Amino acid sequence: MTTETVKKQRWKLNLRDRFQDMPKPARIAAMVVFVVLLYLLPTKAFYENLGFPIPMGSGYLPLYTTGSDMAGVLFQCGYYILLALGLNVVLGYAGLLDLGFFGFFAVGAYTVALLTSPESKLITEYNWLESPWPWLLTVPIAIALAMLSGVLLGWPTLRLRGDYLAIVTLGFAEIIRIVAKNQDWILNGDRGIPSVGHPPGTWPDGEPIFELEFTPYYWLVLTVIIGVIFLIRNLANSRVGRAWVAIREDEDAAELMGVPTFKFKLWAFAIGAAIGGLSGSLWAGQANFVNSATFSLENSILVLAAVLLGGAGSIGGAILGGFLVIYLPEWLRSVGDVFGWPTQVQVGNIHIDVSPTSLRFVIFGALLIVVMIYRPQGLWPNRRRAAELKDRQKEVAPVE
Amino acid sequence: MLLEIDDITLHYGRIQALHGISLHVNEGEVVALIGANGAGKSTIMRAISGLRAVSSGAIRFNGEDISKVRADLRVARGICQAPEGRGVFPGMSVQENLEMGAYIRRDSAAIAQDMERVFGLFPRLLERRKQAGGTLSGGEQQMLAVGRALMARPKLLLLDEPSMGLAPMIIQQIFTIITEINQQGTTVLLVEQNAQQALSRAHRAYVLETGNIVKEGTGADLLHDPAVKAAYLGVA
Repeated sequence: MTTETVKKQRWKLNLRDRFQDMPKPARIAAMVVFVVLLYLLPTKAFYENLGFPIPMGSGYLPLYTTGSDMAGVLFQCGYYILLALGLNVVLGYAGLLDLGFFGFFAVGAYTVALLTSPESKLITEYNWLESPWPWLLTVPIAIALAMLSGVLLGWPTLRLRGDYLAIVTLGFAEIIRIVAKNQDWILNGDRGIPSVGHPPGTWPDGEPIFELEFTPYYWLVLTVIIGVIFLIRNLANSRVGRAWVAIREDEDAAELMGVPTFKFKLWAFAIGAAIGGLSGSLWAGQANFVNSATFSLENSILVLAAVLLGGAGSIGGAILGGFLVIYLPEWLRSVGDVFGWPTQVQVGNIHIDVSPTSLRFVIFGALLIVVMIYRPQGLWPNRRRAAELKDRQKEVAPVE
Repeated sequence: MLLEIDDITLHYGRIQALHGISLHVNEGEVVALIGANGAGKSTIMRAISGLRAVSSGAIRFNGEDISKVRADLRVARGICQAPEGRGVFPGMSVQENLEMGAYIRRDSAAIAQDMERVFGLFPRLLERRKQAGGTLSGGEQQMLAVGRALMARPKLLLLDEPSMGLAPMIIQQIFTIITEINQQGTTVLLVEQNAQQALSRAHRAYVLETGNIVKEGTGADLLHDPAVKAAYLGVA
């Protein structure tokens, strides 16, 4: 095969190239349509008007949705996508393995909870606040505190290389969870903090927009995601982004080119943490109730799985990964319901929980292994990272 | 004197790698450091470029002690190293690698000029301009590493084993270009195991053994020194 035909085939296969070859107005129009469709995703009209068959009675067909809680699942996907985007800056861009990323989510969520809840001990016991703050005002504080904890954590550890960072970050997330669980003087342990504030806004009829209904939360998180994507894209294409790539590919060489590596690693850490904190504050704004049970280690691992599954270093990959790790088990459950998948099997007198939700780590484990064998660069890889991976494989097993 | 190293020691943990090294490089020179594996050649380079902190002693560049200055700031002062094992960025294209070399600079017109100059020195890099660094051959990667270091417009170019793992013909090429770079006005300090090439190209040279400098002299002198001949040139 000549290189010409190979190129042609690749061109045909590569959606990204074809998209980029379109004239600019067409590209913008396509993006706008796509975004509008995203906003419509949890509404029934989306499925009716686009010709998806809807079964008799009510609800959605579970073959492509997750049933009546679609908006809720999409909201959860949303804040996981944010988390994946944040970790992607740390792991995908700067190449730093952070195993406790959910810790920043916890910092964001607790900040919002403490400041917005009328039952927060800051109000009831310590009189630091006279009355609860509005949610919107607490979000910047949540972001700033998450960022600060990122800097405090990164300051001593980012001077070290390799596995130390993974260990320290793992410890960080666990410390936050355990402190939240066991101490009583402010975070209230397992009893948690109730009546957390919601985002502001009312419908024309005077009803608050952000209440029990999930759809507005989904719209909110979607809007935030779009903003974060723009921010990260600009960063990645800047001098900062190039420094991150250099650090990730060869830290010594980067330093020898005059890149202040420690400073930029710390920046990556702080920016990632800020996005994690933002995600936590959005979640808290919906959750109404924040306690330590939310912040178990498996969440950090799930975010990590999302980034690796999607393709580290790629924004599209982080979004795809964040979406899949949440959506897939929910979808499997609803499909399972349709086909009568049991939630429990009995072996002797032992009941084994086999619902897709509780099996999701088994499913992801298997999926990750399969993806890492056949597509180690992830489902939606970053081209540069794919090239680096090839280079590393060459080092392990030189091809002559 | 462009670079003056004054009695430096350096430790890796408890192991002392350098035992009071002193050497200097004058402006416009090519100076070679030769010695066996583990003699401390690369360690000296790392101390000069700042990847490793010295335990004691001074490193003076243009008269200023830089031994406490961060590595990235030493680049700004005019010291640039092409690292051992080439250290090209594997996922970046040849052009991006070169742009990375000019990271500390903001004068884009002059950067473009320098890139043309590097492509003039290494026409192979021009051919491979868009190709990822990791896909180049060993010789091409070495060319890229040297070219990338030049992009910082260093006053002092540090080359750590530019001949490592290369075929004899390519080694010849690389050294010819090093001489050319020097004649264009860049001072060069290079570390080599290939003593023959290094000594015949260098104005002066130092011989290093287990963290100590045991001999110094002009390249030609050392090339004919019986002890050096026996130990490093494979001639009895």
